Amino acid sequence: MTVNLLPILPEIVVLIGASVVLLVDLFLDDDRRHIGYWLAQSTLLVAAWATLRTLDIDVVRVMHDLVVDDLVADLLRLCSFAAVSLVLFYSRSYLALRGLFRGETFVLILFALLGMQVLITANSFLTLYLGLELMSLALYALVAMQRGERAPAEAAMKYFVLGALASGFLLYGMSMIYGATGTLEIDRVSRAVLAGGENEILLIFGLVFVVSAIAFKLGAVPYHMWVPDVYHGAPTAITLLIGTAPEFAAFAMLLRLLGGALVGAEVDWQGMLVVLSVLSVTLGHVVAIAQVNLKRMLAYSNIANMGYVLMGFLAADVTGYSAAMFYMVAYVLTSLVSFGMIVLLSRRGFEADLLDDLRGLNTRSPWWAFVMLLAMFSLAGMPPTIGFYAKLLVLQAAVKAGFVWLAVVGVIAALIGAFYYLRVVKLMYFDEPVDRSPIEARADTRVLLSANALALLLFGILPQPLMGLCAVVLVQSQFF
Amino acid sequence: MNFQTFIFYVFAAILIFAALRVVTTRNPVHAALWLVLCFFTAAGIWLLLQAEFLAIVLVLVYVGAVMVLFLFVVMMLDVNFDSLRSKFRSYVPVGATVGALVLLEMALVVIGSSVAGDAAPPAPVGRNTKALGRLIYVDYVYAFEIAAVVLLVAIIAAIALTHRGRRESKYQDPGRQVKVRRQDRVRLLDLPAETKGE
Repeated sequence: MTVNLLPILPEIVVLIGASVVLLVDLFLDDDRRHIGYWLAQSTLLVAAWATLRTLDIDVVRVMHDLVVDDLVADLLRLCSFAAVSLVLFYSRSYLALRGLFRGETFVLILFALLGMQVLITANSFLTLYLGLELMSLALYALVAMQRGERAPAEAAMKYFVLGALASGFLLYGMSMIYGATGTLEIDRVSRAVLAGGENEILLIFGLVFVVSAIAFKLGAVPYHMWVPDVYHGAPTAITLLIGTAPEFAAFAMLLRLLGGALVGAEVDWQGMLVVLSVLSVTLGHVVAIAQVNLKRMLAYSNIANMGYVLMGFLAADVTGYSAAMFYMVAYVLTSLVSFGMIVLLSRRGFEADLLDDLRGLNTRSPWWAFVMLLAMFSLAGMPPTIGFYAKLLVLQAAVKAGFVWLAVVGVIAALIGAFYYLRVVKLMYFDEPVDRSPIEARADTRVLLSANALALLLFGILPQPLMGLCAVVLVQSQFF
Repeated sequence: MNFQTFIFYVFAAILIFAALRVVTTRNPVHAALWLVLCFFTAAGIWLLLQAEFLAIVLVLVYVGAVMVLFLFVVMMLDVNFDSLRSKFRSYVPVGATVGALVLLEMALVVIGSSVAGDAAPPAPVGRNTKALGRLIYVDYVYAFEIAAVVLLVAIIAAIALTHRGRRESKYQDPGRQVKVRRQDRVRLLDLPAETKGE
């Protein structure tokens, strides 16, 4: 009997890499912690290479149908590798100054990434759940890693308790769907639901719980309560991690569960997503206005942005899914810059997480002010940044699917949101700086963060290749 | 009533008696030992159902590991059981209500279900240890490995969050102990000689 391990090669690489970092770190003293860091970075590089080498345009199901390797999985995996790698690059000195530049941090980040990969490639409720738990467990621990501080411990506790509740929802929903269809494998559930004739009420009840769990992981209203507290309380480097790579995993969960397993119950989940989407975009944007803490403001902005992802997704056709996917990529790319800037501006014993800390950034450093400006423009959805096309595609998809009023709500909410994004720009360019200390950063951080910000502009001017890629990948993965 | 049914009733009677003793006995160590008896008789009932692997696992894991841990906790933590027991009667209404509800639900399931009773148990296919092994290590090996990683992450996270560094801990380094030389331990002092009678 032969076992085809090639489709899960990236997972194997990351698992081995994490174990190697764990073992090597045992023999390193504090001056040589950077070896663990570079091992983690090279693991990501090898994993990306393995993904590209085993690229297969067909949908392959392996490990007794527990895993599916399609182009969506490959694309989302590559995106998460890139995001985690950038997170590590940006937060290196931040972690070092706070005693977090340790082997455990890299190991837990790699295991969280492994969880995301398992979730992204899941073809069974079982693997999907295990991937989610692996990712969440590592993230809970990462939030609490900074010992002796009250805020991270509180954030980790809230994240843990509410995350456990969401896992409970998910399991309960999955067990009901299992009861209705008699299988855990996503493609078989999909066929069973499409064929109909199963216990309709049981299926819809299961769907409600599953949608709640997904909304919780995305941070959509009314399941958003944990987002501001966790984003605010966690060390900024960890906030940067939580706000970026796991979003791809959450999107994969949305796609695999609603776009895959429950595609036959489309009419039912469309209505639920409409409610989640409307609440998220309005509440997220309105509450963000009242925030004085930058991390909290970006957390509410995250809630609103997830509302837009859902708005695209609920169109439930190829335009909708690819718009949502493009939106997610654009949002993560922007988040990397906005949270990356907070990490960059923080120094020993100082967190640049208040809006006032951005005052007069232009006089301190015109370039970094411009980088932050690009991120804010992209979040506000202004041309010529990537955020504009992301919003445009999502709204188009909603209109095309017949939800014109939803698109109108989306536009009005975006206008409200533009206020607080532009307030950041005003603070940076038209106010006098309170704090005139020079901005210091490692050369690699500066180059990559600048490149990342310019990518917002580049994809804003030339969005077609990325848009096309999202659509092609979804069609090739047989979501239609 | 054949012999198997007879054995079942014997085990069931012991199980119920032991379970009652767990909550009524005064000495917490005895309660833990009664719970061990519960597990043994439950394992016996599983054996009657031809689930020999689960029966052995119940004995090995629960009796061998979990109960030992229970006993340690009971013996090491100084819990005042008398003060806990003083409110024993005040819990009776709640306990009785919950117990009655569970009993009612079980009765409804057993009476209302068409599966229980009339359907014959499926004929055993080979040994179920082998069947379970196939499931875990062949069909679900990927999920099994990921579950193992989840446990590993739990260990790492627990240690990373609670370990306070090894600076204050006292430990022996056998290498240094072996390499010790006479000069490190014995110091010869050149004391002026004392003469008797001065």
